[in-house]
Amino acid sequence: GPILEYDEPNAYKLHMLEEGPNNHVSCTREEGLDFYRKMQVVRRMEASANNMYKAKLIRGFCHLYSGQEAVCVGMKAAMDKNDSLITAYRAHGWTYMMGVSVTGVLAELTGRKTGCSEGRGGSMHMYGPNFYGGNGIVGAQVPLGAGVAFAHKYRGEQNVCVALYGDGAANQGQVFEAFNMAKLWLLPCIFVCENNGYGMGTSTARASANPNFYRRCEYIPGLWVNGMDVLAVREATRFARNWCTSGKGPIIMEMATYRYFGHSMSDPGTSYRTREEVQDVRKSRDPIASFREKLLQAKLATEDEFKGIDNEVKKLIEDAENHAQNDPELQVDELYSHIYSNPPANFKVRGCDNFTFKDISK
Amino acid sequence: KSLTIREAITQAMDEEISRDERVFLIGEEVAQYDGAYKMSKGLWKKHGDKRVVDTPITEMGFAGIATGAAMAGLRPICEFMTFNFSMQAIDHVINSAAKAYYMSAGIVKVPIVFRGPNGAAAGVGAQHSQDYSSWYSQCPGLKVIAPYSAEDCRGLLKAAIRDDDPVVFLENELLYGLHFPVSDEALSADFVLPIGKGKIEREGKHITLVAYSIGVKLCMEAAKELEQSGIQCEVVNLRSLRPLDEDIIKNSVKKTHYLLTVEFGWSQCSIGSEVIARICESDAFDYLDAPPIRVTGADVPLAYAKTLEQNSMPQVANVVKSIKKVLNK
Repeated sequence: GPILEYDEPNAYKLHMLEEGPNNHVSCTREEGLDFYRKMQVVRRMEASANNMYKAKLIRGFCHLYSGQEAVCVGMKAAMDKNDSLITAYRAHGWTYMMGVSVTGVLAELTGRKTGCSEGRGGSMHMYGPNFYGGNGIVGAQVPLGAGVAFAHKYRGEQNVCVALYGDGAANQGQVFEAFNMAKLWLLPCIFVCENNGYGMGTSTARASANPNFYRRCEYIPGLWVNGMDVLAVREATRFARNWCTSGKGPIIMEMATYRYFGHSMSDPGTSYRTREEVQDVRKSRDPIASFREKLLQAKLATEDEFKGIDNEVKKLIEDAENHAQNDPELQVDELYSHIYSNPPANFKVRGCDNFTFKDISK
Repeated sequence: KSLTIREAITQAMDEEISRDERVFLIGEEVAQYDGAYKMSKGLWKKHGDKRVVDTPITEMGFAGIATGAAMAGLRPICEFMTFNFSMQAIDHVINSAAKAYYMSAGIVKVPIVFRGPNGAAAGVGAQHSQDYSSWYSQCPGLKVIAPYSAEDCRGLLKAAIRDDDPVVFLENELLYGLHFPVSDEALSADFVLPIGKGKIEREGKHITLVAYSIGVKLCMEAAKELEQSGIQCEVVNLRSLRPLDEDIIKNSVKKTHYLLTVEFGWSQCSIGSEVIARICESDAFDYLDAPPIRVTGADVPLAYAKTLEQNSMPQVANVVKSIKKVLNK
């Protein structure tokens, strides 16, 4: 069938690598429409989260992924179904890509019982098959991801773990502890720094003495990727995955991307950057609009087809949003379950007073 | 037959590594050096690099890696050279290991054991001499064990390794070389003890002494000393700090009508504080004939000099004096 193909000479930068991923990227029409659809689902799912947060249906912290869609969609496209993944607290897009439905994500955000963590986790703590979260502690997911990779290697599996962290987390000490052991033990781990330019309100230039995150380790090869181009992300991930599964140990990827919203819902995102900067990225580098344009120019899809997809996605999100608003919360009794996988005999959990106890030993 | 605590722990790990392909030991100096306190003597030679893994000196990193491996289905025994160094890694013990099962509504299990010596050794100063019992025992999602005897160590470490939940296993370096009698049953490869159950280490009818780990040793010595003056102490060895075996304490208090707690940790928010609060909140309170009190470590960082150190840690004399005070003798 017809394919989309183009050269992107500036898609990658290499560190300690003699060869990099192919600068000539391509996809079939079906793949292209699928990537477009998935990126739109993530974009609109986050728009829905934004609205529900403002309507006070979502509580607490809520970090939106809008602008970064090409990273999760492109990377997942190059992963094996038995590969594992762990990310930080900007987790909604990844949760969806790792197999949780939009309903599972939005109902978790509203704290309802059909949320993917039954409303126990919230925005930062979502899980799924081979998906280890959703981790709210900046940097902690990096050694955890190396540990998941350790398990793959221990069992002799040809799989990798993708451990994602932000440019803010990149300065945490435990990241370097994990790099060290991952290299010593040749763990099949792809460390991915999603560099969206700001750790909360601190730009990479103000937080990092070396803001080239792919060159942060003198003994692990690194790969900078244009994280706004879904096909470059897929191609680079294929390369990184091959690197790990061929027994060469870990690799670091830096995904150059951008977030449109503030750090979280309480941050308008305008005090440390200009509105013009955000508008400029939206106009010139938006991962969805630019990919749509490429598919149109290659005549692989028509305006009508995109409209059709957009309408279908819109409906999907509306239904999920509706469900997330009307689903009940867990019964209070359920507060006490899932503390232990193997509760000891006669174990009673104490409630808030000396008259409230729940026996969870059965 | 008898075993030292060191032998009991090494054997338990050896047997469980042999029993289950998923079990491995990871930590600083656990392999080629045989363990900083020789707790893994011979295990690397016997089981090899895959099952006994030396790490660099990076507690936060290797505790995180071990926790991640547990999330992905392995069963690590993560040794802290001492629990004082677990402070570097406490985020992974609490935030990564203890809370994952709950936060994920049961999707992510974390079958890991964090173990190593806890509390003071001899003459090692304040940074290497803290009892973390009350710290870890406060956190839901963890199971916390503080064994006293060789039987405790064998039965409870094996149970901990087989358990699907994260377990903190607090040993005591001062006990490592001591011999304890063990039954044939306790030497069986299938021997496990239930987590969450205490043990009456010595029966008595005049006062209940509640302790764990090396505190039990102090209570046993005090009980022996008071035997001559006709005071029969009942010594409750808690074995597990979370879950805490409330029933065994209550039943003993109902029998003796007096309660004293003994531990080496600091007094504020201590295990003794918790035991006394639970008794005060329970029907056993009505059986008390005097207010319960605590024997604890002094409320100071541990000093190096011998005399100062001794006066910072409870001695038999503190226990004897406190028993007499509670009993008004």
